[in-house]
Amino acid sequence: MNGDAEKELATLLRAAIAGDERAYAAFLGRTAAIVRGFARRKIVQGGVDPEDIVQETLLAIHMKRHTWISDAPVLPWVYAIARFKLIDAFRKRGRHVEIEIGDIAETVAQPEAETVSDREIGRVLDGLAAGQRSVVAAISIEGSSIGETADKFGMTETAVRVALHRGLRSIAKKFGRS
Amino acid sequence: MQTNDLINALKADAAKQAMPLGHAWWVAIAAATIIAAAVFVVLIGPRPDFAVAAHTLRFLFKFVVTLVLTAVAFALLRVLSRPGSDVRGAARWLILTPILLGTAVAAELFAVPSDQLVTVWWGSNVYVCLTFIPLIGLGPLAVFLAALRHGAPTRPRVAGAVAGLLAGGIAATFYAAHCTDDSPLFVATWYSIAIAGLVVLGAICGRRVARW
Repeated sequence: MNGDAEKELATLLRAAIAGDERAYAAFLGRTAAIVRGFARRKIVQGGVDPEDIVQETLLAIHMKRHTWISDAPVLPWVYAIARFKLIDAFRKRGRHVEIEIGDIAETVAQPEAETVSDREIGRVLDGLAAGQRSVVAAISIEGSSIGETADKFGMTETAVRVALHRGLRSIAKKFGRS
Repeated sequence: MQTNDLINALKADAAKQAMPLGHAWWVAIAAATIIAAAVFVVLIGPRPDFAVAAHTLRFLFKFVVTLVLTAVAFALLRVLSRPGSDVRGAARWLILTPILLGTAVAAELFAVPSDQLVTVWWGSNVYVCLTFIPLIGLGPLAVFLAALRHGAPTRPRVAGAVAGLLAGGIAATFYAAHCTDDSPLFVATWYSIAIAGLVVLGAICGRRVARW
């Protein structure tokens, strides 16, 4: 199944780990579409927004990308993380679901487009320390570069990078905590 | 925040990379071994007749068992720390240690006269064994839990338990150099119980520590 998608994602992620930001953005965009298809298929009753799962999964992938081995398949790794985040989301909402790995193999996800609504990640963003929040918001929502953000807040680029990294890490941590 | 916004942020953070998990595991096992060795040397040290004992089959066999356990647990723990890896394939090897021990126990039951079996089984170091294997294993367990936290275990409790098993394997290897009870009957019983303590502790800590 999905041999081409697998190969393409692996190439992009390898390039990303070697420092190619555009390849990384492409990898994350494609992965988001795949996880979206997976989450929508798995969430039949309401209560969990599939897009929250997409975002939590992307963040987890980002924080844990050093756990991927560069010659191992990417898709099983992505699905395992998505499944973990999905189960976690159900558990947090007081529901217990078992998702068999077998189900995932069938779910050759059709990439799907995002629908717009309020996201959990936005609420978590609001809980960050003010400095981190404004840096993360500038780079994500306003789409500013590191350099532009540094100019805007009168910070060094290094300080912006540190604030961004810490901000993302604490968002990821908040999701990890039940 | 929309998903594309999040991708902007993640992309900008691409340069910050953590140590590859494969490296982290080798650092962890080296650190764990050093800690266990230090605790071992400070607290109990090798038995006085180590050089003589090293020529006996029973003594050497203890290391075969503990080192096989250590190797299998290490391989499984690495797999458990990576999402989407083949856990079942690695877990299958766990059976190796019980097979080895079971065979040795069967042979021992034939070799030792039946009126001495209880003496050999009980040995003279039961409480030392039950104290020092967990004690030597505590440091390594902490190291492995930290490594798990660096990884991404999708079954944190199981991964924690295997971290305990690995810590137990290392601790038992050192402890075996101290202990004068070399009978497989002793090893199969008391080492197992001591290691099980670390497994339970690892399972309890795993869920708390390795959350992500």
